[in-house]
Amino acid sequence: MEVNKRTCLYDKHVELGALISPFGGFDMPIQYSGIVEEHNAVRSRCGVFDVSHMGEVTIKGTDAEKYVNHIFTNDIANAPIGKIYYGLMLYPTGGAVDDLLVYKRGENDFFLVINAGNIDKDVEWIRQNSEGYDVEIVHESDYYGEIAVQGPESETHIESILGIPCSDLSFYTFKQLEYEGETIIISRTGYTGEDGFEIYASHALTCKFWDKLIETGKVAPCGLGCRDTLRFEVGLPLYGDELSETITPIEACLGIFVKTDKEEFIGKDVVKKQKEEGAPRKLVGIELHDKAIPRHGYEVLSGEDVIGHVTTGYRCISVDKSVALALIDSKYANMGDPVKVKIRKKVFDGTIVARKFYKKSYKK
Amino acid sequence: MSKILEGLYYAESHEFVKIEGEYGYVGITDYAQEQLGNVVYVDMPEVDDEVTAGEEFGAVESVKAASDLYSPISGVIVEVNEALDSDPGAINKDAYANWIIKVKLSDPGEVENLMDAAAYAKCIEH
Repeated sequence: MEVNKRTCLYDKHVELGALISPFGGFDMPIQYSGIVEEHNAVRSRCGVFDVSHMGEVTIKGTDAEKYVNHIFTNDIANAPIGKIYYGLMLYPTGGAVDDLLVYKRGENDFFLVINAGNIDKDVEWIRQNSEGYDVEIVHESDYYGEIAVQGPESETHIESILGIPCSDLSFYTFKQLEYEGETIIISRTGYTGEDGFEIYASHALTCKFWDKLIETGKVAPCGLGCRDTLRFEVGLPLYGDELSETITPIEACLGIFVKTDKEEFIGKDVVKKQKEEGAPRKLVGIELHDKAIPRHGYEVLSGEDVIGHVTTGYRCISVDKSVALALIDSKYANMGDPVKVKIRKKVFDGTIVARKFYKKSYKK
Repeated sequence: MSKILEGLYYAESHEFVKIEGEYGYVGITDYAQEQLGNVVYVDMPEVDDEVTAGEEFGAVESVKAASDLYSPISGVIVEVNEALDSDPGAINKDAYANWIIKVKLSDPGEVENLMDAAAYAKCIEH
């Protein structure tokens, strides 16, 4: 039997009475006090998440910039140091290997943050495509712990409780700094639609940061349960739901992170064509006219015809509505059109709406 | 520690039935609501629908997932707890008081196939 990995904060989750479940090959906390309470803490105040399960890979060397641009859909050519880019790695078919963040740490020195469930596959992919490029690939997932501090009070608490100055960081930028003799990375990023930061450090320091934040009572420990409800409400994709090996970023409506004017990158031909001519499927929002809840995998219908499936659905917490993200046949993807969702044995009426069910409040 | 009430009958799928005369009130146990977390929707059948012991009759949904409901007893539904429509979270506050369906039993002897409080306590220990 395959045993799940544990993050450096695992014992603390158990002590806090968290409900633990497997996610991406790790035993992770799903909730502590409850998903709704934690969700609201992040929207109104501040919460801290253990995201140490995320993977980290450094790519450096003479060809680092050229190589990252070869495997990444966004364009990092001539990027300023300290800037972060969201984008994807694609297969030649246009399907997604993973979605990831690329931190430009120095000239020809990049730090990649990848999804936990894809770590082995991604590292293999990054290594196997590097032939002919003068790069050094260092897999650092076992070294780094990571916490995400999210919510409108994040900046205040990181500065006053942890003593890490961060008000100088703008959205999607980062800096490295010395903390107790160790180099840590802090970025103004997150996955909740709120202002917030992510901090990468050794396991020991990660535990120390976690304890300090929790002890004050001002920062709520938050599990992956509300991480998912928070990201969903603001329309952020999750690999495995809105993205996969068979879903292209154009279908997932992530075209702005796919720079088809770049000279080349793996998967370019397919996504360029889809950008120009349209993709066969499209990710849409659906609002149901009923309290029933659409869930991942449920069928979406137009009349009697199955036109796609739900990728994520919830009874939205911030806005009291049953809503879903769904990948459907593009010819049905017209805003305001009626669709139906099959939930268990019944079929419920809904309407195609925008993919954002709640407004993001980033501090840019 | 989950609450278990004496005098009720329990199913392995974590529903309870409280017998009053020829009627049974069916709901989910305190243990089940704890495992589910915040209940946000209860998919209920309709009055006059028939239910069969061991068969699905609806679903209770937490933020995270949908869980099917299985009837511990057979009969005809005479009432559904409509208050749960506007306040599904009542199940989290008191799972036993907030039953889901009231059934006119077709075979009162069926309860012998269910667990009593002591047996259910052992069941959820494992």
